[in-house]
Amino acid sequence: MQLNNIIFVYQGEVTADLVSSILQMVENKLEGEGEDRKVKKRVFNVMVECLQNVYHHLDALPPTDPNNPIRDKTALLMIGREEKDYYIITGNHVQNDRIPDLKSRLDRINRASKEELKQLYQEVLTGTGFSEKGTAGLGMIDIARKSGQRLGYDFHPVSDKYSFFSLEARVSRIPEK
Amino acid sequence: MEALRIESTHKTPRVILDPENGIFEFSGRSIPEDAVSFYSPILDWLDQYAKKPLALTHVRFDLEYFNTSSSKNILEVLKRLESIHASGHEVRVTWYYDEDDEDMEETGQDYQALLNLPIELSVKVQS
Repeated sequence: MQLNNIIFVYQGEVTADLVSSILQMVENKLEGEGEDRKVKKRVFNVMVECLQNVYHHLDALPPTDPNNPIRDKTALLMIGREEKDYYIITGNHVQNDRIPDLKSRLDRINRASKEELKQLYQEVLTGTGFSEKGTAGLGMIDIARKSGQRLGYDFHPVSDKYSFFSLEARVSRIPEK
Repeated sequence: MEALRIESTHKTPRVILDPENGIFEFSGRSIPEDAVSFYSPILDWLDQYAKKPLALTHVRFDLEYFNTSSSKNILEVLKRLESIHASGHEVRVTWYYDEDDEDMEETGQDYQALLNLPIELSVKVQS
């Protein structure tokens, strides 16, 4: 993964205030640079979902055990712009036992056509799809719909209990006609 | 019953629920982390209104952005309106979107597909 032109990168604890500040800062930056309005909206939308997804995930975790060498409440947030795409990357630790479920959701989303994503979104919105609680599933489907591209992801093992989960969403800078 | 008015913030929409004239409005952005606590007083208000609604209620959604936790809550708002409509008190919803904002247009279509409620999609006139 080669990354250029980073607009913003952060690693640390994620609070609601931090998420708000990042959103505002990046929005101002996109505004100031005269980015196409439609592209700007998409980037902002995808960014909201990506950041809030991580925030909700970390917020739901119990306090970090001081003896645990893994800082499981911290995350990596990165936003950048390449020639063709904006990219939004989030990274956080997940327990290894959650990986199969996450992976199967992501694969299902990545396999789905535009029409299937629409249907899946409606199913999860009305509570009939993905069968599990929470809105995290809906967030990822929404990211995929607005991105229009496959979600990139990776699980990098860090211990027998944890892996570092990274998720990359891209938004094309070339507005569709 | 009293009107409900909430001013907009960076993360939450302006909300006007006017029971005298039957005019409801949601405008701006809805991207709070905790959408449930923002929308629950609105849902409670609608439950009260549903007991004695006007013969015709106009509802205007004019949203710039919203997150997925708001989308569940907006569905709940629309379900309340759907049941008012089903009880024989007409509800007309207009869902505004910018001409180039396909995503907001699609979201309006999602709600149209999910509800038994007249939702008109309307392109916003550029200012």
